Amino acid sequence: MAASTIAVPPSEMPISASLRGRVGMWCLIAAESAIFCIFVVAYLYYAGKSLSGPTPREVLAIPWFNSICLFSSSLTIVLAEKAIHRGEIKTFGIFWFLTIALGVIFLIGTAREWHRLIYHEGLTISSSLFGTTFYSLVGLHAFHVIVGATGLTIILILTILGFVTRQHAERISVFAMYWHFVDAVWVVVLSVVYFITR
Amino acid sequence: MFDAQPLSPPIVVTPELESAKPLFDRVHEWVVTVDHKRLGLMYFCYGIVFLVIGGIEASIMRAQLSVANNHLVSPETFNQMFTMHGTTMIFFAAMPIVFGFANYLMPLMVGARDMAFPRLNAWSFWMSALGGIILYFSFVGGSGLYGAGSAPNVGWFAYAPLTSRAFSVGHSTDYWIVGILVSGFGSVGTALNVLTTILAMRCPGMTLRRMPLFAWLNSVMAVLVFLALGPLTAAQLMLLIDRYLGGHFFDTQAGGSAVIWMHFFWIFGHPEVYVLVVPAFAIVSEVVPVFSRKPIFGYSVMVAATVAIGFISMGVWAHHMFTIGMTSYGNAFFVASTAAIAVPTGIKIFNWLGTMWGGKIRFAVPMLFCIAFLGQFLIAGLTGIMLSAAPFNWQLSGSYFVIAHFHYVIVGAIIFAVFAGSYYWYPKVTGRMLDEKLGKWHFWVFLIGFHLTFDFMHIPGLLGMPRRIYTYQPDRGWDIWNLIVSTGVIFQAAGVAVWAFNVVRSYFKGKVAGNDPWDAWTLEWSTSSPPPVYNFATLPVVRSRRPLWDLKHPEDPDWKYE
Repeated sequence: MAASTIAVPPSEMPISASLRGRVGMWCLIAAESAIFCIFVVAYLYYAGKSLSGPTPREVLAIPWFNSICLFSSSLTIVLAEKAIHRGEIKTFGIFWFLTIALGVIFLIGTAREWHRLIYHEGLTISSSLFGTTFYSLVGLHAFHVIVGATGLTIILILTILGFVTRQHAERISVFAMYWHFVDAVWVVVLSVVYFITR
Repeated sequence: MFDAQPLSPPIVVTPELESAKPLFDRVHEWVVTVDHKRLGLMYFCYGIVFLVIGGIEASIMRAQLSVANNHLVSPETFNQMFTMHGTTMIFFAAMPIVFGFANYLMPLMVGARDMAFPRLNAWSFWMSALGGIILYFSFVGGSGLYGAGSAPNVGWFAYAPLTSRAFSVGHSTDYWIVGILVSGFGSVGTALNVLTTILAMRCPGMTLRRMPLFAWLNSVMAVLVFLALGPLTAAQLMLLIDRYLGGHFFDTQAGGSAVIWMHFFWIFGHPEVYVLVVPAFAIVSEVVPVFSRKPIFGYSVMVAATVAIGFISMGVWAHHMFTIGMTSYGNAFFVASTAAIAVPTGIKIFNWLGTMWGGKIRFAVPMLFCIAFLGQFLIAGLTGIMLSAAPFNWQLSGSYFVIAHFHYVIVGAIIFAVFAGSYYWYPKVTGRMLDEKLGKWHFWVFLIGFHLTFDFMHIPGLLGMPRRIYTYQPDRGWDIWNLIVSTGVIFQAAGVAVWAFNVVRSYFKGKVAGNDPWDAWTLEWSTSSPPPVYNFATLPVVRSRRPLWDLKHPEDPDWKYE
């Protein structure tokens, strides 16, 4: 058909299909944000409504080290992304590993905090309303860190086995968006749980 | 102008051609498929199966309520029937059906070869399917493995504290929670896929302003799924924590709040209505122009109105809860926001009427369903405005008037649009037309049944009949109305039976359709019927909203005026 020779001006081209990973990840982030939003609202609504102790001020300590580790992992993952976009697989692997390590340190820190709260302070998910909302919100976030760290680890294994090349850079970046999201959620959870309501 | 493949002769899959493969291979192909057309069909058929199951549950309720002091089923069964009917129809009939339409049509309409994420698409479908199976397994396994099973009986919005372990023993409520939770993951996956397909997979030249309205409206649906399903998932997780880990979210004795569950549920529940009705609008927005032989009236205003509906619908949820006693400021806000939805909705109705105005209307079956949709949706909207007024709502909340109102939306608007869409796109899917005469029988019988049931259901509501009651005394003046309402069910069932017969019969004996039986204008009609696996041999290039009009009328193409 003669119509096939019609050139479409660049301004009329839709978003490139290669960006679909990013669009999809933004959609996932929107849906996940809605879930977190409700848990945060529940936490704020129930703050101070617990009928029995302990109170947040008595038992919660601000997890400075943990938070610094998690926030730093956003930096290392950016450096990893930059490396793979340049094709430096080894540098990528090192920063990727650092990201996982920082995520795991965060999880260990959370586990230690929970251990102290459960065995020394007697705060469990069923002991009071504060316990229910605290473990649910922080636990939901920790679950996302676990999912993210698992994904990161799978990619690390594939990198060590030599399957990851420069052509995967875009996909790596899409996955990194999820990790950034998990970090961003921690900003909200940290502020709400350890600063606003403590 | 656009560059489609030359209009090729229709390929009709004959039974002989299909049965050449062994049955196992054919089933296996469907199970492992990642093709959006097959998944769309599977979504649709899955939804129809549950539509029939949910319809049977409704029929059992109506049989029980047809006369006063009836004891056809036990009160326990009655509670299970209304719970399962509501849950099934919303999550496992209506949502899969609208997702089916979006799945099948979206890539074809935007000129793509498949959805953005074909494997995620398959995953989403099977998650939804698993959710339905989990919910229905409760009929045999709801009390655990020891006793006879029992289905959930806490109502489809499952208010706390009825769902706590103390009042809902056994596992029936858990099946309800987990079934919906799992299907919710599938819904988010499909919505993500639909939106990404629309944003990133459009063919060259298809700018946002040239997309079919179907694509615009479904993108609003997808965003609403993200914003609505999240709160539901969160609330279900909290309920699971309460039931299994001894949490206190909805436990008033430990400082928790039962009202918070209502808020969280309706933050999901109200946008959910628009998740279902916006795709119905999408179908109507495709059918009305083609059968009025005019382009859609006020395209940009339609888009803006839909986005406005989506936006406002996020801020109206508490109109479901006027009777819990909010502050007067709370009441005033939700009255105003709810009434405000009437404005963009009214704009849409006037735009459809404007499209029909002065058009050369063809009264084929899809158009008949759309015309009925317009009138019925208007009435549903008017009773909605009545219920949005808090004082009126205090009187009628939880009565059959509310039931009549939302069934007017769901059956009168959504199901009618789904039937319109099924007649409109059946030739594209199968290569054969649905029989027009049977279609008219279907339309009229179903229309009579619908109005018998849901028009007269308003009256016992106004007379004070509450929803969810098992039976009633004969001296209330409700008898005759309930009998009429129940009689309508027979007509509705007959209408659906005619439709089902038509669908099966036409698959084998229907008139061969060709590529473009309705002389339509969107891209799906440019490829063969049924479309090949790859949809388009060469990706189309479009220059206007009606690419096929441009192709058929090179002397007066649309793009000259855009």
